[in-house]
This record gives sequence, C-alpha cells and structure tokens, in this order.
Amino acid sequence: MRLLYFAWVKEKTGVAAEDVDIPAHITTVAELMAWLKTRGPEFDHAFARSEVIRAAIDQAHVRHDAAIGAAREIAFFPPVTGG
Amino acid sequence: MIRVQQEDFDIGAEIAGLKAGRGDIGAIVAFVGTMRDRSGDHAVDEMTLEHYPGMTEAELQRIESEARSRWPLQASLIVHRYGTLRPSDNIVLVLTASEHREAAFRAAEFLMDYLKTRAPFWKRESGPHGARWVEADARDRAASTRWDKIKDAAE
Repeated sequence: MRLLYFAWVKEKTGVAAEDVDIPAHITTVAELMAWLKTRGPEFDHAFARSEVIRAAIDQAHVRHDAAIGAAREIAFFPPVTGG
Repeated sequence: MIRVQQEDFDIGAEIAGLKAGRGDIGAIVAFVGTMRDRSGDHAVDEMTLEHYPGMTEAELQRIESEARSRWPLQASLIVHRYGTLRPSDNIVLVLTASEHREAAFRAAEFLMDYLKTRAPFWKRESGPHGARWVEADARDRAASTRWDKIKDAAE
C-alpha cells in the first residue's frame, strides 16, 4: 500500500512516500497509525499525538475509524492551513 | 473551474475570462487571500505552501461542486497557489458569478470557509525567529461548521 506523509508528519518521519506491506489484522486508519508508531523512533515521534493527525484514503478525507479496505493510497497530515 | 499553480494570477484577467461572452451574469464576487508580514507577534519574511497533488485538485472540485449545488451560480473559479511566497503576494482567488448578488456573496464566503478546513495545503512561515508550521485556527473550523448548521436548519 502506498503511504504518504505531509508537512510536519513528513518532517518527523523523514519520509514523503513509501510502499508498505501492512499486516492483515490492521483494518482501520487508527490501527494503521498505532502500527506505524512501532516502526522506529521517527514514526513513534511523528504519530505521538495521533489524535491531531488527519488522514485521507485515495485522496478523500476520512475519520480515524474508517476501514482501510482496498485502499491504494493513504495519506497522513496535520490539520490543513491553506487559503 | 479550479486551478492549483505556483505562478501568480491576474485578477482582472480572471474576471474577464469568467464573464467573456456571458450575458447571463449580473454579479461577480472576488475574494483574494494575500500574505501578511506578521503572524501574531512574529515578523514573517517568507511562507512556503506545501500541498497534496491530486487530492488538492479533487478536494477543490468537491468544494466547488458543493457550492454550486447550494447556490445558483453561473460560473465559479478557485485558483490556489503553492510554493514560496513573500508578504503581499497573492495566495488564493475565489470568483463566483450569479444572476443576482446574494448567491455570489454567500457562495464565495462558503468556498473560502470550506477551503480553509478541507483543501490539503500547509503553510510554513519563516522569519527572524526561525521557521514554523502554521497551526490550524479554531475560528476557521467554526466558520466552516456554521454552513452545516444552515443546511441542517433548512432540512
């Protein structure tokens, strides 16, 4: 699965985009974030305040309880500040 | 129509393009967001806007479609810049055109409120005090949700 990170989430993980094999038992965005935290100190730091991080599945906003399903692309980012 | 671009935009040219050959438009509202040289107590020299290519366009289109389903608009345009900007530079342009002014005024405000809380852009400011990611403003969230209330009240 393609994972993307933006703004300070990207800065903290040190990764902009990556292809990752996600364990089969991970079914929601919240579970995915909890799993990502276990991938090393950078990810632990980036997802420490996971409640403030927003997610998008296939380029549409989703809540943390959203099912990952057959997603091709999941993105994690801070609340947006455009305009 | 929506556009995401690095380069500046010409407001006059965009308005002319929007109404060219159109006799059905009676009102055009333009909103331009520009860069400030201060953020709270800090001076800001430069701002970099990051975005999520692909989702940005998709989200702006969804926001525009939502506005056009709520108000009778003859035309609309959202142009949002990314990249490095300096104080007084243009950031965003919203144009709405309708037969009478009320729809254009309300739709322009709605587009900006929704864009602020949904379009995937992130601002990073830098100045004499260093660089920092701009934090989302609770007032923007409140401004966006008031449209939900209006919709709920109407239902």
